[in-house]
Amino acid sequence: MTRTRLLTAITTALTIAAGTAALPQAYAGQTLDAIKQRGTIKCGVNDGLPGFSNPDSKGEWSGLDVDVCRAIAAVLFGDSKKVQFIPLNAQQRFTALQSGEIDVLSRNTTWTQTRDTTLGLNFAPVTFYDGQGFMVPKSLGVKSAKELSGATVCVQPGTTTELNLADYFRANKMEFKPVVIEKFDELNNAFFAGRCDVNTTDRSGLAAIRTQLAKNPDDYVILPEAISKEPLAPVVRHGDDEWFDIVKWTVYALIEAEEQGITSQNVDEKLKSTDPNVQRLLGVTPGMGKNLGLDEKWAYNMIKQVGNYGEIYERNVGKPLGLARGLNALWKDGGLMYAMPIR
Amino acid sequence: MTMSKPVETTRRQAVWNDPRLRAIVYQILVLGGVLLLGWYLVSNTLHRLEQQSIATGFGFLEKEAGFGISESLIAYTPADTYLRAFLVGVLNTFKVGLVGIVLATLIGTVIGIARLSSNWLIARLAAIYVEGLRNIPLLLQLFLWYSLINESLPGPRQALSPLPGVFMSNRGLYLPAPVWQADYGYVALALIVAVVLALLLVRWAHRRQDLTGQQVPLSLLVLGPVLGLPVLVFFVLGAPLQWSVPELKGFNFQGGLSLSPEYAALLTGLTLYTAAFIAEIVRSGIQAVAKGQSEAALSLGLPRSKVLRLVILPQALRVIVPPLTSQYLNLIKNSSLAVAIGYPDLVSIANTTLNQTGQAVEGIAMIMATYLTISLAIAAFMNWYNKRIAFKER
Repeated sequence: MTRTRLLTAITTALTIAAGTAALPQAYAGQTLDAIKQRGTIKCGVNDGLPGFSNPDSKGEWSGLDVDVCRAIAAVLFGDSKKVQFIPLNAQQRFTALQSGEIDVLSRNTTWTQTRDTTLGLNFAPVTFYDGQGFMVPKSLGVKSAKELSGATVCVQPGTTTELNLADYFRANKMEFKPVVIEKFDELNNAFFAGRCDVNTTDRSGLAAIRTQLAKNPDDYVILPEAISKEPLAPVVRHGDDEWFDIVKWTVYALIEAEEQGITSQNVDEKLKSTDPNVQRLLGVTPGMGKNLGLDEKWAYNMIKQVGNYGEIYERNVGKPLGLARGLNALWKDGGLMYAMPIR
Repeated sequence: MTMSKPVETTRRQAVWNDPRLRAIVYQILVLGGVLLLGWYLVSNTLHRLEQQSIATGFGFLEKEAGFGISESLIAYTPADTYLRAFLVGVLNTFKVGLVGIVLATLIGTVIGIARLSSNWLIARLAAIYVEGLRNIPLLLQLFLWYSLINESLPGPRQALSPLPGVFMSNRGLYLPAPVWQADYGYVALALIVAVVLALLLVRWAHRRQDLTGQQVPLSLLVLGPVLGLPVLVFFVLGAPLQWSVPELKGFNFQGGLSLSPEYAALLTGLTLYTAAFIAEIVRSGIQAVAKGQSEAALSLGLPRSKVLRLVILPQALRVIVPPLTSQYLNLIKNSSLAVAIGYPDLVSIANTTLNQTGQAVEGIAMIMATYLTISLAIAAFMNWYNKRIAFKER
């Protein structure tokens, strides 16, 4: 009897200890070391959001968030294929990043002060400026979000969307009933079945749902109001600034490449460019790669394999969802996309 | 085997050879090890959280929640605290769990008895029910009920109205409800008095039967005052009644009593699924009572209804109650699948909370503590009940 009890106790203890041993070590440089040793980047993405991250029937991922991961892999390994995509729902994402299950979270995540400060995370530059909107069936005859008092609203839990929704209705002294469903597909099914009057998420997401999931996109309208600022950005955890720098400057390099007019098509010709900005970015003038602890071809590989920011946008969001660049245009075209100088 | 001569039983055993002492030492060592491990886990977690500058502690419970909840038994607005939001979730879990337990027990008992029916068709149908429902994962059943409600019912503007004032749409079932009047306090008081009265009457009837052997119709004794007295008070007060009738206003119905599709789907799924298990427990309990018992009771001249009530069921209950307890616990725990279809139970709300605050360890700990408390309470009650109905050996 004693022996069996002892055995049980030991087995239990070992099981728990094994669980703890798998906890990450979050010292400086450790994330990057682990990635290099593994040879792939573990990138947390949305489990299915057309335009941002969506697997096709062959399991091949596509989307803006996905391409950002590929760009990081190209920068780090010179090979955009060295990414392991890990689909996460809204609730799993931060825990997955904090616990070291993923190296970077590129999953339409809004940059907020609370998340940046209390979750032990660092946000890289914004890859998509979005705003929350409302979509309703045309048959309701609603023209403005101000007419929505008393409506039933479909919303995903654990998002800033859920909070903005409550804030907006409170601020305008209106009432609403939320229908909170975690799974994106189930939530949209509920909306299209008429369980809710309104579907709310980022306007890019609504456009994706409308064009890709509705039986007849013309039966639905996206109301004109954008009720929030939603800057979507990649996230890394605290503890490895070197890795944070690489993610940060990958995003800047994507934007800078577009500004300099370097595309995946013309990048080889641009190697011969006499523009010092282009020469520095492409590593013709060495130094920038070394600063990041990377190969001098870092940006070249990235542009060659993934393209610049404009290409990524058009390929994933512009054409398939019919969304204009808007805030996501380059700063010199009146948008907000602005890369810090690479020098 | 023949025993050889006892070998030096008189020699003093060394302390470390004393099996009892050794057992104690081992147990102390194991306990120490487990405690050490627990301490290591807790301190390691706290250390890591601090190192990664992740906020800890339960201070967030005082902060404003900021998110809406679709249905609540107590008043709630997004301006309330996370603690109140959590409480709403706990009450919603109770709302589905307790109603589910009662319904599942009723349906399960009927199906269980039906399985033993001598009528071939009824027995077959009950068997099909049990085998079908308990072998399909509950999550799938929930999705089925939820989409059935959503897809088959029309929108609120085309709501079905089977009876005047009753509306069915994919926003839920809306019923007229009496508005609470101040005078209803007296009616409630009358009900309490009636229940006490009925209990006293039942005791009196039992004593009378023990003394004289004469029986009093108990159902009349109980139902008479319990129904009669409140109704009497109600009419004495002048029958104050005012109905709140649901009305289509804007997007949805307002007023009256409502039952949301999420609640209906979850309750249906949980009840029917658990009832299948309970049916099997009831069947096995009845079959465990030896046939001679009912034969003996019948030969004493007891009518069949009394044979079941006075002879079979009391004995069957002893077999039924322990496994029934674990089915009740299962039902409560399975109610956490509510997350999948958007019913705001405690897991759904705690998940949202932990995701808004980022304090996963605290959130999960609260979920676990709550389930543990609910489960232990139910188990304690059922154990008490089990002891009460256990064989009293005289």
